Amino acid sequence: MTTRHDTAALPSKGGAAPGRPPGQAPSSEAERKRARLSRRWQRDMRWSPYAFVTPFFVFFAAFGLFPLIYTGWASLHTVELTAPTDMAWAGLDNYTRIFDDDFFWNAARNTLTIGVISTVPQLLMAMGLAHILNYKLRASTFYRVVMLAPYATSIAAASLVFVLLFGRDYGMINWALDLVGLDKIDWQNGTWSSQFAVSSIVIWRWTGYNALIYLAAMQAIPQELYESAALDGASRWRQFIHVTLPQLRPTILFTVVVSTIGASQLFGEPLLFDANKGASGGSQHQFQTLGLYLYEQGWVNQHLGRASAIAWTMFLILIVIGIVNYAISRRLRASS
Amino acid sequence: MTTTLTKPPADRVPEQPRRGRGSKASRAGGQMHAGPIAYIILALFTIGSLFPLVWTAIAASRDNQRLAQTPPPFWFGANLFDKLEIAWNDANLGEAMLNTTIVAGISSLTIVLMSTIAGFAFAKLRFKGRNALMLVVVGTMMVPPQLSVIPLYMMVAKLDWTDQLQAVIFPSLVSAFGVFFMRQYLLQALPDEIIEAARVDGASSWRVIWHVVFPTARPAMAVLGMLMFVQVWNDFLWPFLVLTQNGNPTVQVAVAGLGRGFTPDQALIMAGALLGTLPLLLVFAIFGKQIVGGIMQGAVKG
Repeated sequence: MTTRHDTAALPSKGGAAPGRPPGQAPSSEAERKRARLSRRWQRDMRWSPYAFVTPFFVFFAAFGLFPLIYTGWASLHTVELTAPTDMAWAGLDNYTRIFDDDFFWNAARNTLTIGVISTVPQLLMAMGLAHILNYKLRASTFYRVVMLAPYATSIAAASLVFVLLFGRDYGMINWALDLVGLDKIDWQNGTWSSQFAVSSIVIWRWTGYNALIYLAAMQAIPQELYESAALDGASRWRQFIHVTLPQLRPTILFTVVVSTIGASQLFGEPLLFDANKGASGGSQHQFQTLGLYLYEQGWVNQHLGRASAIAWTMFLILIVIGIVNYAISRRLRASS
Repeated sequence: MTTTLTKPPADRVPEQPRRGRGSKASRAGGQMHAGPIAYIILALFTIGSLFPLVWTAIAASRDNQRLAQTPPPFWFGANLFDKLEIAWNDANLGEAMLNTTIVAGISSLTIVLMSTIAGFAFAKLRFKGRNALMLVVVGTMMVPPQLSVIPLYMMVAKLDWTDQLQAVIFPSLVSAFGVFFMRQYLLQALPDEIIEAARVDGASSWRVIWHVVFPTARPAMAVLGMLMFVQVWNDFLWPFLVLTQNGNPTVQVAVAGLGRGFTPDQALIMAGALLGTLPLLLVFAIFGKQIVGGIMQGAVKG
């Protein structure tokens, strides 16, 4: 491994370099040519890897890292949407304003509860679905593609349909509830009901995708593990608990991290769930997420500085979640 | 030169057993058959996945009056094509689709090229700081790009790019996932011997990329391209901030705009949503198998 490229470089020094006339006796000119080629070769080996990764890092620096840091800088200033380039130093004012705002805490709470009710059932269902898809099935590809149809549907399209399906008076879901003798639910205006409805859009779009990821991980589990478990007399359920789940741990962690990030960013679904209330997330802010709150502060109230402070707070929260996640996964790994 | 370089991969790649495919094939015999309950659950999930989409079309074929009655409609009405036409014109969907195709096309193509080259460097070349840089790439996957919208918005305002497509294209070009995806694929799909053989023939790194890496990576490049196309096509927050309905909207911005107003025409909204989704659904219907394979292949390695 270590010497591979050095050995690969040798032949060109030896004589197989392109453009060299075959059968020519080595002259001083050929010597020089060889030396030049070899230098060029070494330069190529040494620097082209950097050239290959540069485009990504340039774009990342310009549109990823710089904006992220600059958000922190802007969060210490008063900046208005109407004049985004005029910045006046404000210290930590933006942060104290946010932390004093009940709507911020409301949005943080909503983000958390919507995150939990959208992520937990989603991943559990995905796991069950993957388990079923892992059986030998007729038309297995068909199911897999169908499960991805929601993933191909945009947030906008999905949210707009779900608004109708969850309609209070004429929605399909309330009609079905009525049919089985239950009371109609005011999905948009209740706290829990609206959060559940918004979560259901997320669940609908992502369950199939996560199921495919679990399925892929399940198929990579060596069959022998199941065979030896079966020899030990483990039931199917116990095999699932003692073989499948431990083997899937890294994948589960991955999906949890991705879903957490997704949940913390939730924006389009709650925005469109009540299009006329827009950024407030319902008449009582009952499903306003942090993403929506950021948008409301920045683009409706036109305080970009304050919106930046919200973004950085979200960033710090994510870092904390990441560290906790990492610690838990290390604990889990150490205990096994 | 060209033939000696392109031939070996074609000959050798099949010899290299691919982990994903190999394990699947060897398992097939050992897998248990699904019982009737499994099929019932699958049927329920199938209905659940497709019903909102089908009902979008049903609602689009009705009108406000019918949608304000119980029970809700379960079958198509007569207005589908009328509503589709009105939605197409009202939301300026033709222009929006052209815009979105341009944006998603340019960014997915750029991402694929950039990711393949960087992924190759990370997978197969040795250089100082490689592991540290790869860690940075993986780390950036964890940082949601949405947190950067405010400075990006300031940049766009300063450059006077509001309502212009480049405002959406440039920020979408950052894809750590793409680099990671291509690296994982090339690690297992590109045997070191082929690169060595090309080196022996005196190929420069660029020639190796052109004649060895690209041909080998083609299937993964196609999958990544499709995934990125879907992602950019469906992206909502950023286009919503910098594009308005009257100036170069993407499909998502145009469709979202249909929902406003005091008495919105629900059927029209559904027609717009349907039109905005249809192109991707068609792609998934045609290339579904490959997309599923690509997502699963990327997942195991992750």
